[in-house]
Amino acid sequence: MTARTMFDKVWSAHEVVAEAVDTPAVLYVDLHLTHEVTTPQAFSMLRAAGLKVRRPDRTLATLDHSTPTRTDQVFGSTPIKLDAAAKQVRQLERNAADFGIELYGLRDARRGIVHVIGPEQGATQPGMTIVCGDSHTSTHGAFGALAFGIGSTEVGHVFATQCLLQRKPKTFAVNVGGRLPACVTAKDLVLAIIGKIGVSGGTGHVLEYRGAAINSLSMEERMTVCNMSIEAGARAGIIAPDETTFAYLSGRPRAPKGKDWDEALKLWRALPSDPGAKFDASVDIDASSLEPMITYGTNPGMVLPVGGAIPASAGNAVFDKALAYMGFRSGEAMLGKPINVVFIGSCTNGRLEDLQAAARILKGRRVAPGVQMLIVPGSQEVKRLAEAEGLADIFKAAGADWRESGCSMCLGMNGDTVAAGAYAVSTSNRNFEGRQGAGARTLLASPYTAAASAVTGRISDPREML
Amino acid sequence: MEPIKQIHSKTVVMPSTNIDTDQIIPARFLTITTKVGLGKSLFADWRFLKDGAPNPAFILNQPAAAGSRILVAGHNFGCGSSREHAPWALLDYGFRAVISTAIADIFSNNALKNGLLPVVVDETTHRWLLDHPGAEVTIDLESMRLSLPNGASVAFPIEAFARHCLLSGLDELGYLQSKLADTAAYEAAQRK
Ligand code: SF4
Repeated sequence: MTARTMFDKVWSAHEVVAEAVDTPAVLYVDLHLTHEVTTPQAFSMLRAAGLKVRRPDRTLATLDHSTPTRTDQVFGSTPIKLDAAAKQVRQLERNAADFGIELYGLRDARRGIVHVIGPEQGATQPGMTIVCGDSHTSTHGAFGALAFGIGSTEVGHVFATQCLLQRKPKTFAVNVGGRLPACVTAKDLVLAIIGKIGVSGGTGHVLEYRGAAINSLSMEERMTVCNMSIEAGARAGIIAPDETTFAYLSGRPRAPKGKDWDEALKLWRALPSDPGAKFDASVDIDASSLEPMITYGTNPGMVLPVGGAIPASAGNAVFDKALAYMGFRSGEAMLGKPINVVFIGSCTNGRLEDLQAAARILKGRRVAPGVQMLIVPGSQEVKRLAEAEGLADIFKAAGADWRESGCSMCLGMNGDTVAAGAYAVSTSNRNFEGRQGAGARTLLASPYTAAASAVTGRISDPREML
Repeated sequence: MEPIKQIHSKTVVMPSTNIDTDQIIPARFLTITTKVGLGKSLFADWRFLKDGAPNPAFILNQPAAAGSRILVAGHNFGCGSSREHAPWALLDYGFRAVISTAIADIFSNNALKNGLLPVVVDETTHRWLLDHPGAEVTIDLESMRLSLPNGASVAFPIEAFARHCLLSGLDELGYLQSKLADTAAYEAAQRK
């Protein structure tokens, strides 16, 4: 038999109708994750057509994108500040009830960012197909699942049929050798990968991250890497499941139990790409030579080591426009540039290990005067664990603002925004113009770099503080 | 959906590369729960000044752009978020097609489902289009060809089934529903 990639195995196991010249594959969806922003129009379509959700048991809903992070608005009697956001929240509550979908509601202890709660609850499992009306669905690929973002029309398709029409993407091996040096994180690694292959380098492909450096990552780190696959334009990212994966999943609420667990393990162990499997494209990266990374422009591919200087433009109008937006010039050093805001959170870096990293830097230190630091856990469960470990106390003592979970300042839909012209070092995934608020200037970095910069009020190298 | 066969229009040119969906429609406009009315917020942060007045320097605010239905954009148009609000906003504004050298996967999928044509062309054709803003061009979906006023006619790819649906005004959901017996059989086999 020919050697197959992991992607191939998962894909072919889910073809209800195989792809043909005239028609795409009908692909079965094992898990459909949903949230308040990309579902209203899909539920309206169902109502207009008199349709039901075919498999509510394979559908899970949470509130994250436009939800408030202020405790009084979540648990107190203060109304949600933004009317339109409040309306979306209420609408998902009603839609979930009407269509029989389980919703982790506003005050539910299991609520959180959709890409944090899926794995946390053990709903995300190896070999599954997982979709969500959100491009960072690629996060779930960290478990050896084929997981990708879809639009609202497709959300409606999955509601009604549990299937999607899909053309088979190509495969792309990202071989990462060596081992990440101290204080260089999975975030720095994925930023370096995007810097290398470019923001459209992965278009039409599923990236399989492999090699010694990937194998030694924790599940949370693997999620950070897969999360940003879309920032390289890729359809999805995927990492072979191994003992680290199984140890993470074992005992989680939605993970298989007892005999089912043993059965599942057998299937999961057969998922990794066969030796000699062919990929349509590949790139090699040496993790050992990497440094903490930071972006300097308006897409995640405009990235450099934190100690580096902004490259020369070579007369490229788009590059010049990005630098003008950022208020930077070619040749300037990144280190030492003053900043205004630090955001730690999001589906990229809002998990417990990310908060532990921030706390290592912040312990016994204070956020620089004039700098606003917002720390938003990725889920209520992350919040609970961080509080139990004393991390929240470290953050508060440092002068940071500690919130309820949600997407928050990653996209600023809930009112947590960065002011026009202000510089924000952010652990999120997009530094697009205006992403964190109209006119906001985003610098993407790891939790270490973000926390170090909060302490000094300037872009800083975290290796000097640990 | 209305069948689409041909689009004939002058072009509007936005040469920037990597125009992401946060630019096409910023997140603060995603709180709507319908698909209508997004055109007024299309490219909001580029189109309007801080005081809300139209930015005269922005291409869509210039008289030459009025009435155009075809947007010619730089490489990798539509990258970023999966928000279908991006094609909804472009359509609501009046665009019917986007031409570039690369169009992001999810955006392209979303566009096809709503009758906005993602047209990917070679660099030479793209260069010509960038250099000739306002050119009257014709996109023919049936023959999958783009005709330029200089007489050139270039082929562009489009996914076969999406093309079929657009030409005949069909909804892809109907096709998925016609396969529900297969889906039920697949589910039954999984349970064994
Ligand atoms: S945290 Fe940011 S990137 Fe992640 S799902 Fe929320 S808005 Fe999207």
